[in-house]
Amino acid sequence: MHKIKRLELRGISKQYPGCLANDNIDLTIEPGEIHALLGENGAGKSTLMKIIYGVTQPNQGEVFFNEHPVNIKNPAQARDMGIGMVFQHFSLFESLTIVENIALALGKQGGDIKSLSERIRIVSSRYGMPLQPDRLVATLSTGERQRVEIVRCLVQDIELLILDEPTSVLTPQEVEALFSTLRHLSSEGCSILFISHKLHEVTALCDHATILRHGKVSGTCIPKQETSKSIATMMVGNETPISTNYNKVQGDEVFLCIDNLSTNAKHDFEVALKKISLNVKKGEILGIAGVAGNGQEELLMALSGEIRQKKSKNPSIYFDGQPVDSLNPFKRRRLGMGFVPEDRLGRGAVPTMTLSQNTLLTSFDFGLVKNGLIQVKKMKALANLIIEKYKVKAVGEFSHAESLSGGNLQKFIIGREMQQNPKLLLASHPTWGVDIGAQVAIHKALIQLRDQGGAILVVSEDLDELYQISDRLCAICDGELSPIKATNEVSLETVGCWMAGDFSVDSVNEKEIVHVAS
Amino acid sequence: MLRLEARPEISTFWSYVSPILAAVLTLIAGFMLFSALTDDPLQALSTFFISPIADAYGISELLLKATPILLCAYGLAICYRASVWNIGAEGQLLMGALIGSSVALLFVDSTSSMAMPLTLLAGVVGGTLWAGFAAMLKVQFHTNEILTTIMMNYIALNLLVWSVHGPLKDPNGYNFPESALFGDSTLMPILWADTRLHIGILFAAIVMVLTWVFLRRSFVGFQIQVLGLDPSAARMAGFKGKKLTYLVLMISGGLAGLAGAIEVAGPIGQLVPSVSPGYGYSAIIVAFLGRLHPVGITLAGLLMALIFMGGELAQIDLGLPNAITGVFQGLLLFFLLACDVFIRYRIVNVPKLLPTNSAS
Repeated sequence: MHKIKRLELRGISKQYPGCLANDNIDLTIEPGEIHALLGENGAGKSTLMKIIYGVTQPNQGEVFFNEHPVNIKNPAQARDMGIGMVFQHFSLFESLTIVENIALALGKQGGDIKSLSERIRIVSSRYGMPLQPDRLVATLSTGERQRVEIVRCLVQDIELLILDEPTSVLTPQEVEALFSTLRHLSSEGCSILFISHKLHEVTALCDHATILRHGKVSGTCIPKQETSKSIATMMVGNETPISTNYNKVQGDEVFLCIDNLSTNAKHDFEVALKKISLNVKKGEILGIAGVAGNGQEELLMALSGEIRQKKSKNPSIYFDGQPVDSLNPFKRRRLGMGFVPEDRLGRGAVPTMTLSQNTLLTSFDFGLVKNGLIQVKKMKALANLIIEKYKVKAVGEFSHAESLSGGNLQKFIIGREMQQNPKLLLASHPTWGVDIGAQVAIHKALIQLRDQGGAILVVSEDLDELYQISDRLCAICDGELSPIKATNEVSLETVGCWMAGDFSVDSVNEKEIVHVAS
Repeated sequence: MLRLEARPEISTFWSYVSPILAAVLTLIAGFMLFSALTDDPLQALSTFFISPIADAYGISELLLKATPILLCAYGLAICYRASVWNIGAEGQLLMGALIGSSVALLFVDSTSSMAMPLTLLAGVVGGTLWAGFAAMLKVQFHTNEILTTIMMNYIALNLLVWSVHGPLKDPNGYNFPESALFGDSTLMPILWADTRLHIGILFAAIVMVLTWVFLRRSFVGFQIQVLGLDPSAARMAGFKGKKLTYLVLMISGGLAGLAGAIEVAGPIGQLVPSVSPGYGYSAIIVAFLGRLHPVGITLAGLLMALIFMGGELAQIDLGLPNAITGVFQGLLLFFLLACDVFIRYRIVNVPKLLPTNSAS
């Protein structure tokens, strides 16, 4: 029997000023199908989702929903039709309860609070993600907040659920729970459009995949019949090497030593660090895993000197044996620190300044300033060197930082710090949101610095990345640090437990378990 | 349907054209204003903008008027580059005039060659400390510098008025609220014979060059701009935000103080309650009109000086109220802010209906 197609897009094009975000895209989703939308950053995934959810309108093309041509003018209309969407960044009010948040989102359709609470309770337990409707959102973990967003879609009659990179904020265990919920939904006929970077998740979960590249469909496939590698090739084209395995090393003497570092949270959204101790040796990469917002930012601020510790008899941070607690970032850099912060535009680089000015931002000690005056020629030469050596795609040293794509700006910032030959490099989410080509380049640069004897601390949410490049691994949860183990002696499951705050897991029997990156 | 749309990148072209367009629009609005107020608007415009500088003496007066405005505006530009919104140039100028006069009055009967330099130095110190106080409030107590500097303007004005009614009043001055006339050794040497133009304009020229070097070539100037554009980048790089805040406010205050001392030791020659007709406030407009760039500020400062002179002449020749100066200043700022929208936005013509026919 002919099945009615749930969603069909024909020849969708969307032109933004200066870029064609979607170019003649076709996409079909059957009822109950879990369909993956894959692509590098900037491939046009977000634009396509926004078109389906009515946030923006296409310049060309047709949308059919249950085989009726539709013109989705706004998200409210999309919701009426039975399309729900969970954004990457949640839109919840922290000071309200779950049911209040959902009632706000639904408007009149929500009905009264009491019956809505009941519906939330029923729906959430039915799909295996129990929620107490009267809890404050502020008290929920990230995974629970995502459930609220999903349940918000499910309390309505829903036929298509769109999820934008839903797993990026979850622990492996939470990911498994999410996947079983999604499978349950699909078995009841709800179609799911699943946007992700993580190829092994797509192969594990999805029935079909559409791959976007430069705004066009570059391929479709059945993920279960493909390998992660073959899908990745469709995403990035043939020219980029997909993944490399780096050897693991032991490291030399200790460079960075953190001894019992504790801090206080200044407000509700800050995490207090609790008795953190760790060493990073010269010539090794230490990886810190963890779900965002568990103290990573506070730890890096303390290490970079952006937040300084009060002077005390027992210093808590040492560079090469020297206590640095009271030193500002300027002075810590002079001791050999390099820092790649999480935010590239606005912190890592000044958006409206040129690349050469942004070179000066942290490389001022490398012959660029003489008698208080800027050595313009040297500054430009260094910027050009970084652009060339790290293959930064930019018009020139005079390009504004904000005109670069995320990946290119990150290559520039990493290059800028590398070029200073740091003895200690702190890197926060070094390849977050960066395309695979740039990812490989950045990893290679980090490994190269390691092999030259640099001590490197990498904080990342991307476990594949951490397994690939770090020599030792640990995780941070609610300001506490897990035990630190050699990367090839710790299983993915253990790291998952660490990320969830369970540090008691015994990993003696795990030596035979070898993690296969994606 | 016309619509404003964000540009992908800010437009350098419009950041230069916007002040020029604003000046032209101000002229057009001025023409309409004069049409309503006088019989011959063209003649009125010419009285306002051309007559004041029709002869050499007019030019000298223009430069004389521009001197304090420019000194204040260069300093404000440094502050604004750091996103420190000093609205207190007026008060810092008055404190410079007050402290400078206090020193000048010690030299009334002296022929010391140190009289003039010490007076100016005292003015610089007065302005620096007055702004430094605002910096301390901002750095130590996180007060908003816009509010504190405005409030300190009033305190400075009242301190000055009190001084000329009290301790600094000329004992032989028939009880007028004025200080004694300064001694000749204190007065600024005249630069252009038969005019009032004194060497103060050279100070302004030197400060222009120094400001350019400071902002464009010095590492501290660079740090200031990073602080202004992106405080978290400044923190990441380890630039000392608090010290830089002190620095920019005190540079700005020092220059405004210098302007105040130059006014009392220059054309006025004594301390009077009306040292400034609002130079410190108009310098704010000048700084923005000049795009916070020393050369731009110089051009804008000359235009502002012309508006001051035109306003005076309009009062005398056309019988218009003095408020006309303020009206023109306001128009200029209004049009500038309006035109600045085009730096970040452009107008696009959006077709009302989207074509939805299939391309495939």
